[in-house]
Amino acid sequence: MLSIKNLQAKVEDKQILKGINLQVNAGEVHAIMGPNGSGKSSLASVLTGRENYEVTDGEVIFDGKNLLELSPEDRAREGVFLAFQYPIEIPGVSNINFLRTALNEIRAYHNEPPMEAKEFLRLTREKQKLVEFDAKLTNRSLNEGFSGGEKKRNEIFQLAMLNPKLSILDETDSGLDIDALRIVSNGVNKLRSDKNAFIVITHYQRLLEYIVPDFVHVLYDGRIVKSGTKELALELEEKGYDWIKEPATTASVG
Amino acid sequence: MAKNSADILEEYSDKEYEYGFVTDIEMDIAPKGLNEDIIRFISAKKGEPQWLLEWRLKGYEAFLKQPDPHWQNFEFPQIDFQDISYYAAPRTKAKYKDMNEVDPELIATFEKLGIPLSEQKILAGVAVDAVFDSVSVATTFQETLKEHGIIFSSVSKAVQEHPELIQKYLGSVVPYSDNKFAALNSAVFSDGSFVYIPKGVRCPMELSTYFRINSGNTGQFERTLIIADEGSYVSYLEGCTAPKRDENQMHAAVVELVALENAEIKYSTVQNWYPGDKDGKGGIYNFVTKRGVCRGANAKISWTQVETGSAITWKYPSVILRGDHSSGEFYSVAVTKNKQIADTGTKMFHIGKGTKSRIISKGISAGEGQNSYRGLVNVGSKAENARNFTQCDSLLIGDRCGAHTFPYIESKNRTATIEHEATTSKIGEDQIFYLNQRGIDTEKAVALIVNGYAKEVLNQLPMEFAVEAQKLLSITLEGSVG
Ligand SMILES: Nc1ncnc2c1ncn2[C@@H]1O[C@H](COP(=O)(O)OP(=O)(O)OP(=O)(O)O)[C@@H](O)[C@H]1O
Ligand SMILES: [Mg+2]
Repeated sequence: MLSIKNLQAKVEDKQILKGINLQVNAGEVHAIMGPNGSGKSSLASVLTGRENYEVTDGEVIFDGKNLLELSPEDRAREGVFLAFQYPIEIPGVSNINFLRTALNEIRAYHNEPPMEAKEFLRLTREKQKLVEFDAKLTNRSLNEGFSGGEKKRNEIFQLAMLNPKLSILDETDSGLDIDALRIVSNGVNKLRSDKNAFIVITHYQRLLEYIVPDFVHVLYDGRIVKSGTKELALELEEKGYDWIKEPATTASVG
Repeated sequence: MAKNSADILEEYSDKEYEYGFVTDIEMDIAPKGLNEDIIRFISAKKGEPQWLLEWRLKGYEAFLKQPDPHWQNFEFPQIDFQDISYYAAPRTKAKYKDMNEVDPELIATFEKLGIPLSEQKILAGVAVDAVFDSVSVATTFQETLKEHGIIFSSVSKAVQEHPELIQKYLGSVVPYSDNKFAALNSAVFSDGSFVYIPKGVRCPMELSTYFRINSGNTGQFERTLIIADEGSYVSYLEGCTAPKRDENQMHAAVVELVALENAEIKYSTVQNWYPGDKDGKGGIYNFVTKRGVCRGANAKISWTQVETGSAITWKYPSVILRGDHSSGEFYSVAVTKNKQIADTGTKMFHIGKGTKSRIISKGISAGEGQNSYRGLVNVGSKAENARNFTQCDSLLIGDRCGAHTFPYIESKNRTATIEHEATTSKIGEDQIFYLNQRGIDTEKAVALIVNGYAKEVLNQLPMEFAVEAQKLLSITLEGSVG
């Protein structure tokens, strides 16, 4: 589904991504971990087409298409979804109106007619239930005055509504209380299928107990320096990142 | 325009043209220039009574004495008042033979606004079949209004048919000497709307100029007078969301509203005149004096405006709150882009006890547009417990535009409560990207954000009008980001 080869990118003349390689297939969940500032959110930004990042080398193929050539909205319409680490507030724009616009824009891209109001309402109810999202929040202005946790849950609600192929969750777990973490994870698990894939960026192994990944990658200084299975997350929890930061030394001493 | 108007067009399309507002004056145009003789000529053409001619002449005298306004936040354009023709008989002939002759850009905008073809023709000034003539639609409205004793006609006609009302109220809210442009308007006003709602009558429909002016050509010096007698109610719509191309560069209109005891007037405007090209060339200067007076207790006047057009917009719809417990409202969205300038706001004069006013102003600036809010809240010594709330927001799109606020507060009564809130925000790249990431392109994203921002004002408009105003905002701001 997604194939990233030697992806390099900079922002304001600072090289952030220094050659990322990653292959994600349908049905898989990949976790990306790594210390603060290592480039995790940057990778998400480059994949979704944020303007201030300049790709300097490499390629990204998504479902046979060159993702880097598409506009941000077309990437979204192709089925790439980012649950933001810091969701933005948009005053005055109702959550529901926003979602309907988004959904219908995506449908239009695939030559489908706008969803009928009744059907949209039904879908909204269904997904609200699935991710246990407070109906009151649905009618409020988009993220305006939402608590940190509510914003994160809204991201997952949107994900459920838009039904993307590839979902990137950027630290969706941080800021969630224990119950919310369980609810959100359950939601994601219910949305998992053999047709979609997830990239889960997190600092905590705890999340990966709920959303069990097929692979765990460690991003450090703009590169994926280690990949493994879910056991790698446990190891990181125990030892921290130091042993990975200097892979050469570790190896020779080891 | 409103969907129901389209239905009505359809419904009455087979009715014969019977009578309407077009009185049969021979096509005529006065030579350019402004002097007493021209004013006498205009008055004579209209068959006006002596008192009205004298009133016009007093307006002219006041105009000559008044200096150009100097306090606004823009350089005042040089206007050659002698280079304007002050009288042209109403245009009864169509400008174009068919739609093919109309500027395709204009048609494209009509399409985007979803205006039916029959109405597009009327708005663009294309010859329409007699069956589509808006005059016949107006006629059917007239019959309903008559049943309620409501008068809705041109001012010229009202001068002939209801001289006592005109003499009593004309200039009673905006005197001929009020300001330079009001004085000019008093001297040479061409025509406009007259509305009278009798005691206790709730006007059963939105009154709209759209149905009164048959060619969509509003004229340069319009004069509107609306009187709501005791306990009555009226909602009046001025303008149209469709773009107005107009050869007249300067417009100086006057609107006067009179609400008697327990009466309510809701006045909504959508102004979409030609703003000029990207460099601001050719746009319209819109200098309007709008004022309402709540004469009796518990009267209410509410102004709602959506201003998107004109090169310069210069207007301050105001309310004089004379009756005890009367209230005034002002809801405004003003958009400026390219080189457009808007200097707009309101004045609320609290004279009676317990008077209330509410001001919600939303400025939107894009490109190199300059947007100023200028508002006055004046509380007189007798206005015990007067209250005002002002919310004044500015939204910036891009970094070459400007927003300015000039709130003035004058209070002579210590029991008054005056609240003022102001915010300035910018459409952030982060917001746009967030919406992009959900599949919404940048144009739509801006439209979504802007309509959200202006919602509080748009909600004041009658439902159908609000939907169109929303579309209009989106179209106006097309291409202003990125
Ligand atoms: N606009 C920018 N200008 C300069 N540096 C930037 C910019 N955006 C990101 N960076 C830098 O890029 C690096 C990677 O940031 P990124 O947000 O991708 O880290 P992260 O791995 O997501 O960290 P965290 O775990 O704290 O979320 C950081 O050093 C950050 O300061
Ligand atoms: Mg991050």
